[in-house]
Amino acid sequence: MATTLTQGPERTEHRRAPSRSSARRRSLLRLNWFGGALGWVWLLIVMIPIYWIVITSFKTQSNYFAQNPLAVPTEPTLENYRLVIESDFARYFMNSVILTLGTIVPAVLISFTAAYAIVRGGRNSRFLRGVNGLFLMGLAIPLQATIIPVYLIIIRLQLYDTLLGIILPSIAFAIPLSVLVLSNFIRDVPNELFESMRMDGATEWGTLWKLAFPLTRPALVTVTIYNGLGVWNGFLLPLILIQSPEQRPLPLALWTFQGQYSINVPAVLASVVLTTLPIVILYAIGRRQLLSGLTAGFGK
Amino acid sequence: MTTVAPPTVRVKKGSTTSSGGRSGAVSWMVLPALFMFIAFGIIPLLGVLFLSFTQWNGFGEIRPAGFDSWRAVLSDPGLPHALWVTFLVMALSWLVQTPLSILIGVFLAAHKRYRGLLAVLYFIPLLLSSAAIAITYKFLLDPNFGLGPGLQSDLLTQDWLGNGTLALGVVIFVVSWQFIPFHSLIYQGGVRQIPLSMYEAAEIDGAGRVRKFFSITLPQLKYTIITSSTLMVVGSLTFFDLIFVLTAGGPGDATRVLALDMYQTGFRANLMGPASAIAVILVLVGLALALLLRRLGGGSNSDSQLEGA
Repeated sequence: MATTLTQGPERTEHRRAPSRSSARRRSLLRLNWFGGALGWVWLLIVMIPIYWIVITSFKTQSNYFAQNPLAVPTEPTLENYRLVIESDFARYFMNSVILTLGTIVPAVLISFTAAYAIVRGGRNSRFLRGVNGLFLMGLAIPLQATIIPVYLIIIRLQLYDTLLGIILPSIAFAIPLSVLVLSNFIRDVPNELFESMRMDGATEWGTLWKLAFPLTRPALVTVTIYNGLGVWNGFLLPLILIQSPEQRPLPLALWTFQGQYSINVPAVLASVVLTTLPIVILYAIGRRQLLSGLTAGFGK
Repeated sequence: MTTVAPPTVRVKKGSTTSSGGRSGAVSWMVLPALFMFIAFGIIPLLGVLFLSFTQWNGFGEIRPAGFDSWRAVLSDPGLPHALWVTFLVMALSWLVQTPLSILIGVFLAAHKRYRGLLAVLYFIPLLLSSAAIAITYKFLLDPNFGLGPGLQSDLLTQDWLGNGTLALGVVIFVVSWQFIPFHSLIYQGGVRQIPLSMYEAAEIDGAGRVRKFFSITLPQLKYTIITSSTLMVVGSLTFFDLIFVLTAGGPGDATRVLALDMYQTGFRANLMGPASAIAVILVLVGLALALLLRRLGGGSNSDSQLEGA
């Protein structure tokens, strides 16, 4: 126990140093063919359903019932995609885009300024430390448990059945983790840089944008993508706060589509593909930063 | 520009006094986030407690009802059942995910070549919404047209979602399918922070691979395990969408977890009072678990690590 505690500083030191001699690390960590086998088996388990989704979405309905489920379609068709797109897909897509951007842009901005304030002022201000404690507590609470009062508040604000009604609580739900990750990164900015900014007469507001913002960009990207994923894929808030079909974001539309076309499996899977495609594209672009940001943010 | 601060000059936290009086200039920056979090986080949290002492059908008037909802909820055999199912899902999904994630994480940390590729593919389940995943598995496990009958495999042809025990197993499996990749990446990050010198010392002492894994890797991963477990355990309280779309709590109430119980009671049976009482229980369970895990982390000493969670 005592040894693990004294290990603290050394561990962080190590994280900052670029991985030294990976060959040696490999020989030292060579321990497990078992873990390796597992890694590949799990990859197979992960990929088979995904492969199945994609190939099935190109099958005709009769093909789906007749063919081996894992075989590529004998007569590939785009019919399923046409059906999905004609079922108002563009509208649901736009709803999800508005919902996601409307949530993450303000959520990340206000979390960023809050994280900055907590790091810069937290040492001297009980208020800021208290706010930080409040946000940390928010991490431990399953916020889904608050949906009933949220529902009530949204009704009273006359925002029921509007996208804004989902956006407001989504922003609040995104704050705790965002502040945490961002403040961890701002804390890593060397104090001397803040000092020299101050010597140059920069205001805190200026320092925030000119120094902290560029230096924490990886964390900002991470937090943006992470929250974006959560909102894009969110199901519960739309389920309770949206009534009319034309306000539905994608996951809710997907669910109702599945209810309508439960026999037409290829069409439903085509809608799964179309719903996920934008995220896959974003992921392909921001992947590096997301993965490294997440492992740094969580693995500390 | 980038060479400004050699790491050795870095001043440790707490040793500077120069930022005195600074807090006033920055405090206001916390206000927008604080406002939003209070309005849609804290107030609903208190509101749920308040509503549990009222009677409300979701659209009509809200009337005070004393302890009626609590009496109804606490005497309903559905509650212990939902708590039990929630606990089962939490415990079993933890038991399945943790060892597998650690082993895969250790593997990913050591092998640079595959690591990048695997990490990319591993992340895909996290890109899909729970609704999409649940829909996919519903089709895949269909006893008439799913994967089993299609491959003519009797083993895979079961009434997966029609049998209570199997349905619970399916939920655990799908949860693991969705999250093991994510947790292996967390463990990969954790393993990479273990100082190599520890392994070198162990090697000099003649420790074998298994020995090194149990005496160095595992103890050094302590905080990573706590972080990942906290995310798993608190997260498992919120597997609402997955279970809702996959089984809707069924068959019967075999997979009716607490969050689902709350939703069905409140938004289907229109009993917002009892549903709020269930929500309060959900919050208490979440808080208790978080505190417990924090304790396991070694009390106040682990503060900084938990903050990194």
